[in-house]
Amino acid sequence: MNSSVPPRPLPSAESATPDAPRRRGKFFAAGLSPVNSPARRAWTRFRRHRAAGLALRGLGLLVLVALAGPWISPYDPNAFVGGPFEPPSLRHWLGTDVHGRDLLTRVMVGARLSLAVGAVGAAISLVIGVLWGAVAGYAGGRTDSVLMRTVDVLYAMPTLVFVIVLVTALNGVLAKWEAAGAPVNVTHARGLGLLLGIGAVSWLTMARIVRGEVLALRARPFVEASRVLGASPARILFRHLLPNLTGVVIVYLALTVPAVVLYESFLSFLGLGIQPPAASLGTLIAEGATQINPLRIYWWLIVFPAGTLAAALLGLNLVGDGLRDAFDPRAASRN
Amino acid sequence: MLPLLLVISFGAFALIRLAPGGPFDRERQVPPEVERQLNAKYHLDQPLWRQYLLYLGGLVRGDLGPSMRYRNHTVNDIIAAGLPVSLTLGALAFAFALGAGIPLGFYTAIRKGRCTDQFGSLLAIMALCVPTFVAGPLLVMIFGVKLRWFPVALWDSPWHTVLPVLTLGIYFAGRVARLMREGMLNTLNAGFITTARAKGLSEGAVFWRHGFRLGVLPVVSYSGPLLADLLTGSFVVENLFQIPGIGVFLVNSSLNRDYTMVVGLVLLYAALLLVLNLIVDLLYAVLDPRVRYE
Repeated sequence: MNSSVPPRPLPSAESATPDAPRRRGKFFAAGLSPVNSPARRAWTRFRRHRAAGLALRGLGLLVLVALAGPWISPYDPNAFVGGPFEPPSLRHWLGTDVHGRDLLTRVMVGARLSLAVGAVGAAISLVIGVLWGAVAGYAGGRTDSVLMRTVDVLYAMPTLVFVIVLVTALNGVLAKWEAAGAPVNVTHARGLGLLLGIGAVSWLTMARIVRGEVLALRARPFVEASRVLGASPARILFRHLLPNLTGVVIVYLALTVPAVVLYESFLSFLGLGIQPPAASLGTLIAEGATQINPLRIYWWLIVFPAGTLAAALLGLNLVGDGLRDAFDPRAASRN
Repeated sequence: MLPLLLVISFGAFALIRLAPGGPFDRERQVPPEVERQLNAKYHLDQPLWRQYLLYLGGLVRGDLGPSMRYRNHTVNDIIAAGLPVSLTLGALAFAFALGAGIPLGFYTAIRKGRCTDQFGSLLAIMALCVPTFVAGPLLVMIFGVKLRWFPVALWDSPWHTVLPVLTLGIYFAGRVARLMREGMLNTLNAGFITTARAKGLSEGAVFWRHGFRLGVLPVVSYSGPLLADLLTGSFVVENLFQIPGIGVFLVNSSLNRDYTMVVGLVLLYAALLLVLNLIVDLLYAVLDPRVRYE
């Protein structure tokens, strides 16, 4: 369908750029700053990106709080420790929810879960997407068309239907296992279903991008050379092609993480993801949204979870932006 | 295009059957003979391949079959009733996303690196961090409940469209602004821009006549899937504002195993997406002189 318009090729960062002189002076020999590896170069450029650096620190802080917070907090996230709907106070910094649970503790637990799902979901999309695209691009011919038509078909389906069906199907299977006496932890199992559902739809763009890059790379002399030397397709793929894709893949991955975090929140908001009393940012926002009525607004129930989600997404997006600039060879000329 | 639609219809058909349970699970217990009757009425007692062929037979005649959850309604009925509402809402949100996103992206691109760019870009990224299900309740809380400027729900007057359209459009306005900025920056690096400047064109002419035309291309190619998404309704917005569109049906029918409904709506979405992508391809040829179709 789109084949007539070639997608704008993403800049491949690791392609040998001759413009970086190998500086081996006294200072550099002392290990101060060898500017010769592409990764190093990208890192220096990333650090020049002030917003991204700030975002990375903020994100680190958020992760730290999310990880350590539930231990430090004097409250159990699922225990009823106060009156219902207490506004923020010194005892409960972010107030309490409908059952009198401490909102701060719940937000921290929820953020932990949302970020974890984001990371794992993105990892799934990474593995499937990169392999799928790389195999399609390198094999070419019929394999390529079969693999990429599959991607086209999946693209043309509403993701929501796909995920809902997948999640419910998996939950059905797991429920059956549990009824049969298999040692299945329902909460974990549902989380697993959610992850697989998200992973199943988030790899499509990655596959397309990687395929495009591989198509361009495999025509290069060094690939031909290793084929002449008798390297197997698998070796060429893993030793020669994939390392050259690092830049593109990292950049796209950094943009996938916020998308996955958002999607998990959305599914949990719909009630398809994490089941109460466990919390993710999405379920917390959903709980807050149900408490909106004209008589009384419990604003803290929606503002704090939504603010945390927005802050996490903002950090992830800014870091992704910084990474893209860092790995984009044209970025240096743009500054 | 037709073969692709055929594959999609089969994929959706097979996918929804993979999910456990059936469309009549949530009803109160019925005697077995009634259940048998129900299954026979909807051909559920036949082997899967026959069901699919029967469905295809109806599809050829433009009949998407009866809904299995909403008795006495056909899928055609429900789509006919809900689609105009979803189309209006989607088109308005699309107009808002482009109307706010393109100028913002264009402006931040031509002011790259300045204070205004940083502020505008931050604004665009922040729009990306406010998902619909957050924006909706917040907007309702502020403009509906506190300030009472706009009605909090329903779909009656133009006044009622403001909050839903904003809710739906904000996120996509951010996306469009980012794409526009990216596209403009890539275009402004190109050689023909230098040429245009060298021959003494004013900056305005360079940006508008030469830059914009190519810089808008990423937005154009994103418009296809975006519009298909928006026009087929949004579950969150329709649910929150009690708008009778088809987005709610897409989610509920998948949850309820309303087999015919799911396949019908998936086909609607897919057909819309394919047509829009075709239009996008044609627009590409119009905008980019380097693209030529045989």
